[in-house]
This record gives sequence, structure tokens and C-alpha cells, in this order.
Amino acid sequence: MDKRVTFSNLWLAAALITPQLLLIFVFFYWPASQAIYWAFTTQPPFGGGNEWVGLQNFQEIFGDRVYWNSVRVSVLFAVGSTALSIIGALVLAISIDRQLTGHKTYRFIYFWPYAIAAPAVGLAFRFIFAPQAGFMAALNEVFPDFWNPAMNGGHAMVLIILANSWKMIAYNFIFFLAGLQSIPKSLTEAAAMDGAGVMRRVFDIQIPLLAPTLFFLLVINITETFVDSFGIVDITTGGGPARATDLMVFKIYSDGFKALDYSMAAAQSLVLMVLVMALTFVQFRFVERNVHYK
Amino acid sequence: MIERTPWLNAFTHLIMAIGLILSALPILIVFVASSHDLRTVNMVPMPLWPGGHVLENYALVWEKADFGRKLMNSLIVATAVTSGKVVIAALSAFAIVYFKYRLRMVFFWLIFVTLMLPVEVRIVPTYAVASNVLSPFQTIFDFLGFGITFPEVNLLNTYTGLILPLVATATGTFLYRQFFMTIPDELAEAAKMDGAGALRFFAQILLPLSKTNMAALATIMFVYAWNQYLWPLLIVTEPNMTTATMQLKKLVPGPSFGAPPVWNEAMAATLLVMIPPLLVVVFMQGYFVRGLVNTDK
Repeated sequence: MDKRVTFSNLWLAAALITPQLLLIFVFFYWPASQAIYWAFTTQPPFGGGNEWVGLQNFQEIFGDRVYWNSVRVSVLFAVGSTALSIIGALVLAISIDRQLTGHKTYRFIYFWPYAIAAPAVGLAFRFIFAPQAGFMAALNEVFPDFWNPAMNGGHAMVLIILANSWKMIAYNFIFFLAGLQSIPKSLTEAAAMDGAGVMRRVFDIQIPLLAPTLFFLLVINITETFVDSFGIVDITTGGGPARATDLMVFKIYSDGFKALDYSMAAAQSLVLMVLVMALTFVQFRFVERNVHYK
Repeated sequence: MIERTPWLNAFTHLIMAIGLILSALPILIVFVASSHDLRTVNMVPMPLWPGGHVLENYALVWEKADFGRKLMNSLIVATAVTSGKVVIAALSAFAIVYFKYRLRMVFFWLIFVTLMLPVEVRIVPTYAVASNVLSPFQTIFDFLGFGITFPEVNLLNTYTGLILPLVATATGTFLYRQFFMTIPDELAEAAKMDGAGALRFFAQILLPLSKTNMAALATIMFVYAWNQYLWPLLIVTEPNMTTATMQLKKLVPGPSFGAPPVWNEAMAATLLVMIPPLLVVVFMQGYFVRGLVNTDK
């Protein structure tokens, strides 16, 4: 797609685009290339230049059980919160789209959680699901040790999945509702005339036509849970107990900034980057090509 | 559409009500917890009606965590990121859409790729750049054999360091580009015929038409920047420069669940951090949704 009418002052064009290019060079391309460089080198313990070590850093992380554990919990977290937040949002969006009395008020409030910062969500959920205070404590009094995210890794995982889903449902809801509203009214009306009830229309018209939105959200949710989960984990569980919630981003942070092992952190960043790029690529190829409205 | 489905309607209302409770209850609980004294907040179960210690708790937390300063820092960063983004993205989208040159598509893709990798996955090297922002140029010049030494510019613990890396993404450029593509060619043609140059066309025709998109972009960028946590946590060590989201961690003991936090104070702080972006979304709802859906991110 090109404009037929363009301006010819190329110096001006250069001047206009320079700030953006400078910024992405300094804060995007340079760091990304540094990450690649560090991933294949190692710093001698007593200073001096980096030494080329080839794939050694990668062999080390892939041979490390702690790393595989962080991959495992990241996948668990991604699958859990993606499933929960997509299904929850879909149910809410379909209900709102029926436009019953009061749907505008409901819709308005459903947006809210997405505006809230991840650490604030994390801290709120840490309180609501605290084992000694708040509400789960009441259950703990009746059934001792029913719930304790501080000791039980499974509980801690459930806690961060719930916190993350609460925020992501709001996001997915916005997209599902936009998708539902773009379905031509004539389609649902025609189906209704042919005698299809509400539920029949949901399953045979609305959900199939939401396929592009659904797929888009699937990829975005998985990417977000891999990448943007730091705020929730850091303040809610701190990666514990016993590394049960040591997600990949959290591990990069602790290796890079607590253990100061830049090479290891860079190698892990590179793996994560490749993963995210692969997901984005799948999204472009697959969504654009194979999921159509017709 | 007119249909008689009383049972289904009742069920839909039930689902919507449950959704409402699940969306709003956590925020309500945070408020209620922040209004009790320490003894009441630790009662099991905690009462669900607000207590009478609102002012006292908020005053205490405000003092203790120095929220006046921190909220101001967050506001400065969020406003600067928002305005930087709105301006720089408009300029670069204009340069990509309304000019013809060979590198145009290269630039387009260079900017486009940055959408893929958020700052979280490249934290370590970005931190290294921020600690000496001219180092990329230094390295390149050294490599090319120029004998120029750049001064060291350290962005750690500065507003610039908090702001610039968040501006360096492509989100807004694409929002503008998509919009510019829908503007009829006749407009530019007419402007050119009337003797308007590129800048005049941009400032007097394109920008006024883009107002809605700018508002949408501004809304999502403000919320995005306000809610940043990992990046400020990395580059700020000086108490004066910390942002509001970072303060939450200072108020509670580590999540190893050792000593329980002082919950009423912690929840008061949580609410203080929650409110500004929430207000933006409440008052700019239409723009927020539009920005989110149109940038696809």
C-alpha cells in the first residue's frame, strides 16, 4: 500500500524519522545484539575482555535442572492463565453482547482490572489469599493446612495464575466484545428467523466467527504470560516456595542482577527472545492465512 | 432483537453479576482492608464493611512511603512517556507514509520488529546501555578506527533513563500509519496544489484529523508507563527517584511469607498505586478501548 501523492523533501523525512530510529537503535537493536554477544561469551572472573565460548552457555543452561524447572513452571503458568482468562472473558463478552438491561454498567466495570499495575494486583491477591489473615484463613481454621501458598508450591502457582487471569480477563474481554460487535447483525438476525435459538447462534455463528480474535488472543496471552509476569511473581511469591513459581523472566532477573551472571542471563534472554519471536511469527502466518471470516 | 427467553435471560444476568463481583470485589476488599486498624484487618474472616481508620492509615502510609514524591515521579515518567510517544510516533509514521525513498520499507521493518520483544526479555543488556548511553556509538567508532572519545552518560537514577527505553517501541507508529493510510490522497493533493509544504500539511491537516487516535494512544501509553515495574526496579537505586509501583515492595516484607505484612498499610498503598490509571480508564473509556484494539497490543 503506497500513497499516490507524496512529498519530495527527503531531508525533512530523514529529520522526522531520526528520533525514532536513534531510540530503537540505542535501546532495542544494540541491547539485542549485546545479548547475543554475551550469550556466546563469558567474562573471566578477574576482569578483562569477554572470551568466546561458543555454545557452552547454552549447554550449561540446557543441562541445568533449575532452568528446566523454570521452563516447566512458565508453561504451566502460561497454559493455566491463558485458558482461564480466555474462557472467562469469552463467557462474559457473549453475555454482555446480548445487550440485556444494565449491560453497559457491567461492561464498564469489567474493564477496570486491566488498568491496574501488576505488582498492585499481586499484592491485593496476596492479601485476599493470605493463609493467616483475610479470607482463606477462615477455611484454614476449619480445615488446617487447606491453603498455604507459602509452603505449598501448587498453591503458590494457583495464586499467581488467579492474579494474572484477573487482569487478563479484562483485556481479553475488550477484544472479544469488539470482535462480537463486528459480526454483521444481518447474520444473527437471519439465523433467528430460521429458528436458531440464542445458544445455537452462540455456538454456530458467534464463536466460529470469533476464530481470528480467539487465535490472536491465544498468542498474545501466551506471550504476555511468558514475558510480562515479573510484577505479579516478584511481589506475590518471589519465585518460591522452593522455586515453584520461578518463571523464566524472574530467573533471568535473579541470575542477571542478583547473581550478576550476565552471560547466563543473556543466554536465557536469547532463548526467551527466540520463543517470543516464534510465537509472533506463528501469529502472523497462521492468523493472517488460515483463520478467515468466510 | 425481540425474543422471549426468560430463563436464558435470568442466567445471563447471573453470569454478568458474577463477573461484576469477580471484577470489583478485589478492589473493594483492598479498600475495606485499608480502612481498618491492624487488629481488625487481621481478624478471620475480615469484616466486609469499611472501618473508621481511613484517614489515619492513608496519612501514615503517605508519610512512611513518601508517596507525595513517588506519585509525582510516576506522574512525570508517565506523562513524559506518553507525550514522547505521541510526538515521535506521529513524526516517524508521517516520514514512512508520505515520502518515497528506497530505505522506506527498511525503516518500516526496523521499527516493526521492535514490537516483538518487550523490554522484559532484554533487561540485562538494556541496563548496560542505560548505564552508559553513548557506549553503542563509542564501540562503533572504536571499531571503525576513529579516535573520538565520547563522554560517559549515565542514565541510571535519572528520569531520562526511566523514560527513553519505554518510548523506544513501535506501538504508536503503527497506530498512526494505519490511520494515515485511510486518509484520501485528494487531501494531500489539494494541500500541495494550494502550495502547502510537507510540514504545513502535517501540522494543519493531518494532525487535527488524528486527534482521536492521539487521545487513544495517549490513554494506553499513560496506563502502560504508570504500571511499569521491572524497568524502574532495575535502574533506580536512589530513594528520591523511585516510582509509586516500586514503593509497594518497600512496604511489605519479602514474599517468602515470613513475617506477615502490615496489611492495612499495604492495602492503602496498593489503592494509592491503583487509582491514577484506573481514573484514566474510567474517564477515557472510549479512547482506552479504541487505543487497545487498534494497536493490537
